Amino acid sequence: MRSFLFYLVSILVGAAFFLFARWVGNDYLFFAGYTVLQFIVLATAWNILGGYCGYVNFGSAAFFAAGAYSSVALHKLAAGIDKIFPESLAGLMNMILPLPIPILIIIGGIVSGVIGLGTGYLTLRLRGAFFAIATLALAVVLQTLIVNWDFVGGSRGAYIIRPNDIPILGSYIQYLFLVMLVLSVIAIATARIIERSRLGYGFATIRDDELAAEACGVPTLRLKLIATTISGALMGMAGAPFPYYIGYLEPSSAFGLAYAVNSIAMPMIGGTTSWVGPLVGALLLGIIQQVATVTISSAVNLLIVGLLLVGFVIVAPKGIVGLVQDFMRARASDQGRPTWRSRLAIFANMRPGAR
Amino acid sequence: MASPLLEVDNLGKRFGGFVALDGINLSVTQGERVGLIGPNGSGKSTLVNCMCGTLQNESGTVRFDGHVVDGLAAHQRTHRGMARSFQLPRPFTTLTVSENIRIPLLYTANTRRGAHLSLAEITARCEELTGLVGLAAKADKLPRDLTQVEMRKLELARAMAAEPKLLIADEAMAGLSQSEVADIVALLIKLNERGITIILIEHIMRAVMSFSQRLVVLVSGKKIADGPPNDVVNNPEVIGAYLGQ
Amino acid sequence: MQFELLINAIIAGLLLGGLYAAVTVGVSISFGILDIVNIAHPAFIILGSYIAYIVNQTLGVDPILTAIIVLPAFYALGAAVYQVYYASFEKRGQDALRGLAFFFGLLFVTEVMLILVFGVDYRYVQAPYIDYTLHFGFVDLPLRMLIPCVLSLLMLLLLQLYLSRTFTGRAIMAVSQDQLALQLMAADPIKIKRIAFGISIATASLAGAFLIVIQPLEPSVGREYIGRVFAICVLGGLQSLPGTVIAAMLLGIVESITATFYGPSWAPAVAFGMLLLTLAFRPAGLLGR
Repeated sequence: MRSFLFYLVSILVGAAFFLFARWVGNDYLFFAGYTVLQFIVLATAWNILGGYCGYVNFGSAAFFAAGAYSSVALHKLAAGIDKIFPESLAGLMNMILPLPIPILIIIGGIVSGVIGLGTGYLTLRLRGAFFAIATLALAVVLQTLIVNWDFVGGSRGAYIIRPNDIPILGSYIQYLFLVMLVLSVIAIATARIIERSRLGYGFATIRDDELAAEACGVPTLRLKLIATTISGALMGMAGAPFPYYIGYLEPSSAFGLAYAVNSIAMPMIGGTTSWVGPLVGALLLGIIQQVATVTISSAVNLLIVGLLLVGFVIVAPKGIVGLVQDFMRARASDQGRPTWRSRLAIFANMRPGAR
Repeated sequence: MASPLLEVDNLGKRFGGFVALDGINLSVTQGERVGLIGPNGSGKSTLVNCMCGTLQNESGTVRFDGHVVDGLAAHQRTHRGMARSFQLPRPFTTLTVSENIRIPLLYTANTRRGAHLSLAEITARCEELTGLVGLAAKADKLPRDLTQVEMRKLELARAMAAEPKLLIADEAMAGLSQSEVADIVALLIKLNERGITIILIEHIMRAVMSFSQRLVVLVSGKKIADGPPNDVVNNPEVIGAYLGQ
Repeated sequence: MQFELLINAIIAGLLLGGLYAAVTVGVSISFGILDIVNIAHPAFIILGSYIAYIVNQTLGVDPILTAIIVLPAFYALGAAVYQVYYASFEKRGQDALRGLAFFFGLLFVTEVMLILVFGVDYRYVQAPYIDYTLHFGFVDLPLRMLIPCVLSLLMLLLLQLYLSRTFTGRAIMAVSQDQLALQLMAADPIKIKRIAFGISIATASLAGAFLIVIQPLEPSVGREYIGRVFAICVLGGLQSLPGTVIAAMLLGIVESITATFYGPSWAPAVAFGMLLLTLAFRPAGLLGR
């Protein structure tokens, strides 16, 4: 029953914003909204490995860019069918390519998922600190590879021609917005399902005490690999539509530092113990950054994020969600009866490890 | 003569230049109650870690239930039926007492070939175990709200939740009162009667003597005695190295 | 011709290795000995570079001299950062996640502030030896690389002596192994760690000066060095200073040869690639146990 409510509410909220933006008539809201939704996916994805399992990933940009560049590669493939494929295949290829965005998303997810699995397999037997450093390494290695790969444009970048209009909806950006909206719901739903399952318990034990988890029979390496793969895949899915959103993709923007920082800052500021945290963090920080970029400058808005990250990590390590929970628990225990606050806490179902 | 459940064959473990275990031979038959004693730092916990897979031994072999387990990860050995409690309790700090006990049920008891426990059964066994160690009242509390003694009981309950063939209790009774010690010993004996082989590592001699059918003594990484408890405690070498007067 | 190119590449690599060793030694202390994953270390180095740059621009003072003068300030900064780290994380027994996020935040904030103050243009320093190159036959020894390399090795030698001969130095080595024994010897582990971390950041001051003498800089260069620093640290076997030097030289040579024969756009990947390989196959390092 609670799950049904969750999906219903998220669809309603998403639909409400979408209709509101259409009514306002300004495409800017869709552009800004897309960015915020993208961050929701990235933050939620990061949290599956970082918050649930306790393994920090500094290379979110790598997974995001891998998804983006698989789309670019497929786009280039579509543009160069006659040059690349022999005549016999060209006809077939012309029917399949260019691939629609949802398929690109799936492919981007698979590519990044495999990268996550590979990185994890190489480094997850080691301590968490080494894994974190390895993810940094991954981002740079991947960026260097892309910069040197001329097929996707290398350092010169790649142009993606996107259609102007979509039947029924109107402008293309509205279509992208909807796609990202659906992706956000999928990401959050995934996190939520994991949380409530045996897998979620397993992740929590890895975070709390990996040695004891092993002794209890938890196959820690396997679970960590699952987490890395899912996390990477979701990030790749977020990256796949990006070239179509931005029109011109070059490595420094795909691998931008903003992705690494935001995907860490948003869950840590929002709260890492449940799916609510990354959502709250992404909405809050995403909106602040949109406002700051327009009013001040984009460098300053990154500074704000960095300072907030350091501040929260020192002062409020449980994040916004943690602060709210403490507040609710203090009030709820006053009377011993469930209050609307404690009921809200149960609805958000912040578990396991949500204390 | 049944083949031993656990066979430790010439096990060796070093940390850098320090020899923690030197050629340990140990054999435990199904259903036995073995006590393992020795001064602090003699290698008892290291031996447990090597047997259970938390550490990898450099030399020698460990055989459990007829199969060599060297090289297997700790969780695989737990699946095969070895369970242990940690000397310094290592609870899952963000999970409640009840959830802590649930983990081995979810990941070990539930995944053995042929076993498929329903959610209700898991919950029932979880509650049973929580009550068995006297933690029913604190089932929904976090480990940080427990006393030292209660944390040790949680450690033991968690090891029991893995439904092992062999249970290794590493100083599970430190700090308990006389009656609590007696309760735990009674509990372990009852488990043994159900068929679980138990190795008890302890300093509390009264508990060790009343519990063990066989006593093994470890000093400075070497086994110096292995036999019936009364013989062992009267062994002059053991008295000199560990027991005192 | 190829042979001469190779020799020069190797020599350039060795000289570069000297710099890399200076850049890494701070992390050898903070990560190898204190077990603190200070990924913000390159940020402190770049900070040192920019301070040397400003003083050089306004007062014309030699950058390396500036770094030496500013050393105590960096030491104090390191001690202060450690205090915050200890009070917020180590004492509370927080999981490693938050400590990492903290340093990552520091790294990031430092870089962004430098961008806001100095912009993204490359900055460089002026000093008499920077444009001067010694020639021995076909071998070229640019002074701007030779001097930092020599000074760096000197700094490492002094550190090694300090860590092995003085009481505080040995206490620092001991704190990584046995805190209780240290306390019994009437040394406060927290104070020892604070001193060690302070020293670690102080080395960043010098490393920063070396860096800007060797190459022009802009704020994001720091991030390139994260991979190098940890690659060298892990390859060299974490706690070993001699290992750090050897690994640094090795990395320098491999990078230099790659840049000479395959082009400079591949250079950043070398360090990180080596790091990934080392972590995957030989995490104890070349000289590690």
